[in-house]
Amino acid sequence: MSINYSEKIPNNVDLANDRTLQRALERWQPEFLNWWRDMGPEGSRNYTVYLRTAISVDPKGWAHFDYVKMPDYRWGIFLNPAEPDRRVNFGVHKGEPAWQEVPGEYRSNLRRLIVTQGDTEPASVEQQRHLGLTCPSLYDLRNLFQVNVEEGRHLWAMVYLLHRYFGRDGRDEAEALLERRAGDADNPRILGAFNEQTPDWLSFYMFTYFTDRDGKYQLCALAESGFDPLARTCKFMLTEEAHHMFVGETGVGRIIQRTCEVMRQNQLDEPNKVRALGVIDLPTLQRYLNFHFSVTMDLFGADVSSNAATFYSTGLKGRFEETKLNDDHQLNHETYPVLEAQGGQLVTVQVPALNALNERLRDDYIKDSIGGVERWNKIIEKHGIPFRLKVPHKAFNRKIGPLSEVKVNPQGAVVSEAEWAAHVDEWLPSQADRAFVASLMGRVIEPGKFANWVAPPARGINNQPLDFEYVRFN
Amino acid sequence: MAAATSGVELARQHLIDPEICIRCNTCEESCPVHAITHDARNYVVNFDICGAHLCMACIGPCPTGAIDSWRQVNKAKPYTLEEQFSWDVLPAEIEFDLVEEAELPEDVVEITAQAAAGQGGPTTPPWSAAHPYINLYSIKKPAVATVTGNYRLTAEEVASDIRHIILDFGNTTFPVLEGQTIGILPPGLDANGKPHHVRLFSIASPRDGERPHYNNLALTVKRVTEDHQGNPVRGVASNYLCDLKKGDQVQVVGPYGASYLMPNHPGSNLIMICTGTGSAPMRAMTERRRRAGGEGGELLLFFGARSPGELPYFGPLMKLPKDFIDINLAFSRVPDQPKQYVQDLISVRGRDVARLLKDENTYIYICGIKGMETGVNQAFHNVCRQHGMDWDQLLPTLRQQGRYHVETY
Repeated sequence: MSINYSEKIPNNVDLANDRTLQRALERWQPEFLNWWRDMGPEGSRNYTVYLRTAISVDPKGWAHFDYVKMPDYRWGIFLNPAEPDRRVNFGVHKGEPAWQEVPGEYRSNLRRLIVTQGDTEPASVEQQRHLGLTCPSLYDLRNLFQVNVEEGRHLWAMVYLLHRYFGRDGRDEAEALLERRAGDADNPRILGAFNEQTPDWLSFYMFTYFTDRDGKYQLCALAESGFDPLARTCKFMLTEEAHHMFVGETGVGRIIQRTCEVMRQNQLDEPNKVRALGVIDLPTLQRYLNFHFSVTMDLFGADVSSNAATFYSTGLKGRFEETKLNDDHQLNHETYPVLEAQGGQLVTVQVPALNALNERLRDDYIKDSIGGVERWNKIIEKHGIPFRLKVPHKAFNRKIGPLSEVKVNPQGAVVSEAEWAAHVDEWLPSQADRAFVASLMGRVIEPGKFANWVAPPARGINNQPLDFEYVRFN
Repeated sequence: MAAATSGVELARQHLIDPEICIRCNTCEESCPVHAITHDARNYVVNFDICGAHLCMACIGPCPTGAIDSWRQVNKAKPYTLEEQFSWDVLPAEIEFDLVEEAELPEDVVEITAQAAAGQGGPTTPPWSAAHPYINLYSIKKPAVATVTGNYRLTAEEVASDIRHIILDFGNTTFPVLEGQTIGILPPGLDANGKPHHVRLFSIASPRDGERPHYNNLALTVKRVTEDHQGNPVRGVASNYLCDLKKGDQVQVVGPYGASYLMPNHPGSNLIMICTGTGSAPMRAMTERRRRAGGEGGELLLFFGARSPGELPYFGPLMKLPKDFIDINLAFSRVPDQPKQYVQDLISVRGRDVARLLKDENTYIYICGIKGMETGVNQAFHNVCRQHGMDWDQLLPTLRQQGRYHVETY
């Protein structure tokens, strides 16, 4: 279905024929724009940015590139086309027609899922709002803004569902999404990782690689939902989400590339000497990786969770690639291995598969994360440097669930508090690490120029040259 | 890496660059025919499915550009899924030695087709022709040559301004053969604000350079000041070229032409028929023969112009030994003399022409103003009839054997 851009809120959900909903969303729209003005990218008000905007949801139309004045980006509501005769594909309702309206008994659980997902979207915009001031190139600045406007659009996607299907409660939740603030002590965002800071571009790349990838897995699971509007919304969000992970993977890759080049040129491997040449040493990259990976581990929720079991059994949230899996899609008799801390040791225990769905999604995510880390290692390998990055053990640095009660080192061994304290600066970014990375951050906005600590990308956006004017400051 | 292509059908295979791909699954999701799949390592494209559709639905959605990767392959042996699964990087491009003119610029295709219309469409090169390089430089990536000479060939007192222009390629590879053409990209924009069209010019120097063993070549360019009907018009490319000064830089594309090539085997005879700047390939071939010494057989030249002063290369031509080349000049505008055209001289030299036509080592080259081929054809017709041959039967054989080549404009 084509997107109607002649309306105040671009959409492909026939908003014009639902006057109540249209009015409700038109009331929310200025509040969103106020939020964007206050919490969106700092100082970006008059920038014109070479952005990708969807003009329809089919492959040919959704990647339309042009210059857009930042606050005039057309946030709207886009759902993937409906799949005819779609069914609920898992849980107790397996085989029934997919729901086009919210089943009354699942109303609060669905709302909770949508709010939790929706809350992450504005949160990351808030976390990243100062990064434009220290961008390493116009190309990167453009990518940051692309990520930001799409996170904004993802908020719209969730708010549409709240308004359309959850009445008064939904409208209240939609407002609360604009009131919480990342890192605010009194009214924080719902999930921990979204209250952390994204103070520098290394953090930004790591965040988009690791944390946005959690977004991918959550959206994949929700795209399997028996509640069809949620599934279709998430499917379309996934196509946008890919760009965010691209920014992360290539961003970290380009830092590695640059560091390795400098190490080779100068025949250096000692971190301090590498730092002296204005690039980020590989051990520091490993520590940032450890931090972002472990913080993201927590986003998947408790290892053993009755909520997760309920969401699945009731057909609200599936597994990653649910419909491609070959089993009964009910999981009443299967078990799944989960880690537990017992007497100062990590042990694997079998728990009912239904209760371990968070863990299972976490494991799927870990596999995917490792793939990209291996691609980073190829860059290091190419330069003949005997260093390899590694994702830490999944029990490392956990803040929620039973594993948060023990200290585990990156290799997966339980350690004492004293040992942890003695080594924590080798495992996680120290104040000094963060200060060093911060010291490299300076603004580079000359077309085609890149900060010293990051290599140029292999290709420009939409095949544009690297010295393309991706952002105009007017 | 190079591969021979005799009898091979080539295809463009759609692939995904594993070095750039971030395995986001967007392409697999957006492919309407399910041609894309993945394992734990790579995303890959099924050639049989994708090649039949080439809908490009995945190209826009890909966040990295990795999806926009292509390799020329033997259609019967594309990269399999298993091969693609195993890649860390895309394989190097296989350079297929192509004789056919694949993906030439549109302008070039059009001009070439018109120029070759007089021989009845595309033909094959002589069996002993050297192998040409084609289309090494595209409009997007032209070669840059430096002008090292620009001389007027026609006499000062005549209006016709024909020039001998020498382009030097420095360290840029630009291998050419006699009979090939190059494209010139005039700078600036046309009245519609678009870049000017490519203009093609025959190379007037032999393969080893205008000056032997230099990386240069010569063009024969007539300044266009009127169209075929005599209306005043200013030729963009010809005026640009004729006005070039030593040291100026020129954007060059090509080379083009895989059939209008000379034979290189001993005893191969050339009948060359040209007018005006159509003498360029004839000069190149003649010069090749002069330098190569002993390569070929007889050279028979029919060359037409309005007057000796308008005949390019008149002076140097007259200095060539009679036993090296048999020169026949036709002038159509010499006061107090009857008009004479190249076809008239072919009839005059009928006996020698017939003798050469009977020799299967004879190759015919025609180049010049459009329409000359009609008169020349008629002359061959007459000569054949007078000497017990049938031109209508001979011509298809000549074409088939790559022995009859026409370039008219």
